[in-house]
Amino acid sequence: MRRLMVSILEQPLKIPGGLSLASNKAQSLREPLRQAPIPERLIVPLSQHIGEAAEALVGVGDKVLKGQVIARSLNYISAPVHAPTSGTVTDIGEYPVPHPSGLKGVCIVIHADGHDTSAATGLAMDNVFAADAADIRQRVREAGIVGLGGAGFPTAVKLNPGPQRQVELLVINAAECEPYISCDEALICCCTQDVIDGVRIMQHALGATQVVIGIEDNMPRAIECLRDGLARAGSHDIRIVPVPTTYPAGGEKQLIYALTGEEVPSQGLPADLGIVCHNVGTAAAIARALLRGEPLISRVVTVTGAGVRNPCNLEVRIGTPMAEIIEAAGGYTDQVSRLLMGGPMMGISMPSDRVPVIKTTNCLLIASREEAPPPLPASACIRCGQCTDVCPARLLPQQLYWHAHAREFDKIQDYSLFDCIECGCCAQVCPCHIPLVQYYRFAKTEIWDQERQRQKADLARQRHEFRLERLEKEKKALEERRAHARKGLEKRPKAGDADAKKAEIAAALERVKAKKASQDAAARNIDQLTPEQQARIAEVDARRSGDGTAGR
Amino acid sequence: MDFPTQSSPYLPVANNLSRLMTQVMLGLIPGALAMFWFFGWGVLFNLTIATLSAVTAEAAMLTARRRPVKATLLDGSAVLTGLLLGLALPPLAPWWMPVLGAGFAIVFAKQLYGGLGYNPFNPAMVGFVVLIISFPLQMTLWPPPLGMHTGATLGFVDTLQMVFGGTVPAGTGLDSLTMATPLDAAKTQLGLDYTWSEILARPLFGHVGGYGWEWINLAYLLGGLWLWRKRAIHWQIPGGMLSALFVVALLFYIADSDAFGSPLLHLFSGATMLGAFFIATDPVSAATTPRGRFYYGAGIGTLMYVIRTWGGYPEGLAFAVLLMNMAAPTIDYYTQPRVFGHEEQ
Repeated sequence: MRRLMVSILEQPLKIPGGLSLASNKAQSLREPLRQAPIPERLIVPLSQHIGEAAEALVGVGDKVLKGQVIARSLNYISAPVHAPTSGTVTDIGEYPVPHPSGLKGVCIVIHADGHDTSAATGLAMDNVFAADAADIRQRVREAGIVGLGGAGFPTAVKLNPGPQRQVELLVINAAECEPYISCDEALICCCTQDVIDGVRIMQHALGATQVVIGIEDNMPRAIECLRDGLARAGSHDIRIVPVPTTYPAGGEKQLIYALTGEEVPSQGLPADLGIVCHNVGTAAAIARALLRGEPLISRVVTVTGAGVRNPCNLEVRIGTPMAEIIEAAGGYTDQVSRLLMGGPMMGISMPSDRVPVIKTTNCLLIASREEAPPPLPASACIRCGQCTDVCPARLLPQQLYWHAHAREFDKIQDYSLFDCIECGCCAQVCPCHIPLVQYYRFAKTEIWDQERQRQKADLARQRHEFRLERLEKEKKALEERRAHARKGLEKRPKAGDADAKKAEIAAALERVKAKKASQDAAARNIDQLTPEQQARIAEVDARRSGDGTAGR
Repeated sequence: MDFPTQSSPYLPVANNLSRLMTQVMLGLIPGALAMFWFFGWGVLFNLTIATLSAVTAEAAMLTARRRPVKATLLDGSAVLTGLLLGLALPPLAPWWMPVLGAGFAIVFAKQLYGGLGYNPFNPAMVGFVVLIISFPLQMTLWPPPLGMHTGATLGFVDTLQMVFGGTVPAGTGLDSLTMATPLDAAKTQLGLDYTWSEILARPLFGHVGGYGWEWINLAYLLGGLWLWRKRAIHWQIPGGMLSALFVVALLFYIADSDAFGSPLLHLFSGATMLGAFFIATDPVSAATTPRGRFYYGAGIGTLMYVIRTWGGYPEGLAFAVLLMNMAAPTIDYYTQPRVFGHEEQ
């Protein structure tokens, strides 16, 4: 087993590039976290995570209880889905889901019965800290927990670094770097103990020797809550490190760099450095599942923006339509112009508020025209390089754009397109208003598509070659058979050998006779008829042989 | 409720092209005022004529190319090309010189390549080079800077008549109205085997550079530093250019201070500061990687010194810029920054 040396820096680093953005978090933090009402109708998508969609286990008309598994995961990288409340399944079908493609996805629709009756989930463990890591992972998997920071990667997978790797450092990501989003801060202040318990469980499951909570230094209240909580719990070994507030300091690779000075290798994982990074909300979800037996059926959502009356943080059941949450936050104001899921830098623009909240919905930004104006017309790139200054991946966005624009997909990979994290900093400072991120997404999709085409072509070529080979083999085999047959003919008796010929003919006749006999012996379906059947046959025969006018 | 969708990021973008161009124009003000102070009305005529010609040429080309005229003109790039060319031309040049230079810059060096963003060469410098190659005589029409006490100083009307009518005021001749620039004079004198200490003793030179020119350069330097503070330009191009010019000049100066001008003389004469902060920094035709920008600037500084010292022209900025424009794509290719998470190459 490889042991890697990782140390937390005394003074966290500033990430490369990045932007100082107005945080706009205060408006949603004015009041403490509260519960959103459970809606009458919940739409629960089967795919709310990275990986395979779950498979529905219930049918229309089934009664379900809160916390009951309604869809199971079939693959390693997948997550089951639980009923967010008790009620009846009224439909399983395609509904609009919050996905960048805007496509529909399979959802289970549940009509709530209003009782919110819990099922026995059996997720709680008696003594978590004595439990085996594999058991903990299994429970985390069964609880349907995925990364709540936004990516939605199944957490159990990330809790399993593999036998070859030793985890030295567990990084808890509490650096909510995107403007407007405050759900992690609200959660930390309201459920500090859950967070700390979850962190402890993760540390135990991973066998991590060090734990650090990375948090932005503009969240003093959350830092204080965590400090108090850790002091109460006597967890003095868990460090809290405030990192300089810069967008995107909360990106996994960026946070790890800020805390340790280490760069996660391109195309690699933090685990390559002996580091695992989890979101703070994920930690709380683990604590709730393993200590209290609650699977992931709700999450904290920031509802904010000038387009909503009372910006706030709400604990929302998964599957609640966005419209209901906005209603719970006082409803729309006149200024509403856009509905974004996530923050204003990396969020997804929603076509309608009928889509449900899913496990990765950290924020609903109901933006006014001023907050999210329609895109400005783009002009040609002047290569001013302001994008280079702010790129946290140290890419050359202007060159990437140039090659994406020219569809030079080979060259664009020379400029490390796939190291782009789509944070949007470049587009935010571009004086030419070029939708740079859109160009990079386009190039990535095209390259993936080309890759798929290439694989398909490879497969087709292999098939073709295999077919040619097979034909060749068949041809050879045929020739061999023919050669064999010719040899057999040569060996056969000549025409003069009359006795042998007679014997052969006799044998053939014998075979024909035997066959006929066996056919005659077989029972026919008119052999054993009942008297009624015979009567009916006679009747039909009579009709046929009669005057023959019946049918005319 | 339904909403229109768009792609991330969504926050309003504060930056825009005309803001950037306006900043550069504002940065030019101290230097332009100093030029006006020392060289009189001809500077304003050049600026006006060159700018109007550039804008007219741009509008005509955009119309011919069926591109939006008003929106493109508002980005300010044509105005800036006109201003830069206007500041580079001799103040007593006849009116058709800025017209021709600006027209050529916009039509051939910019619009025929596809407009702003697609021009491989700095348009203003292309215009300048066309003029200096085609009309070398008219490119020497620099009046003596104010305070040189050569007698004649041209007023507004005299300058107007000279620029548009080609007539010199009665009782004067072209020779008495114009004189060689310090760099030009030094080149001639050095050819006559004078030493630099003898040359510097002449009234044409001031404290460290050419008389008047040192103040003009200082004013451009101030404007340039403001521009850098405003983040409209990066430090690498002026930094690379000025340090290369300084270092190369210093080496030769140490070797033979009689035959080679001092580093400060080079920094504060001719178009050094205008070039370093306003012309070489044209992003479209310059190198674009952080390290590349420094090398690009250093190349301009070195070439400028070479042309000034051994070349056929007293000033080498325009040629140096155009030569380095050609090298920019190659510089960019070899100076890519190390991407986050990649090994050092």
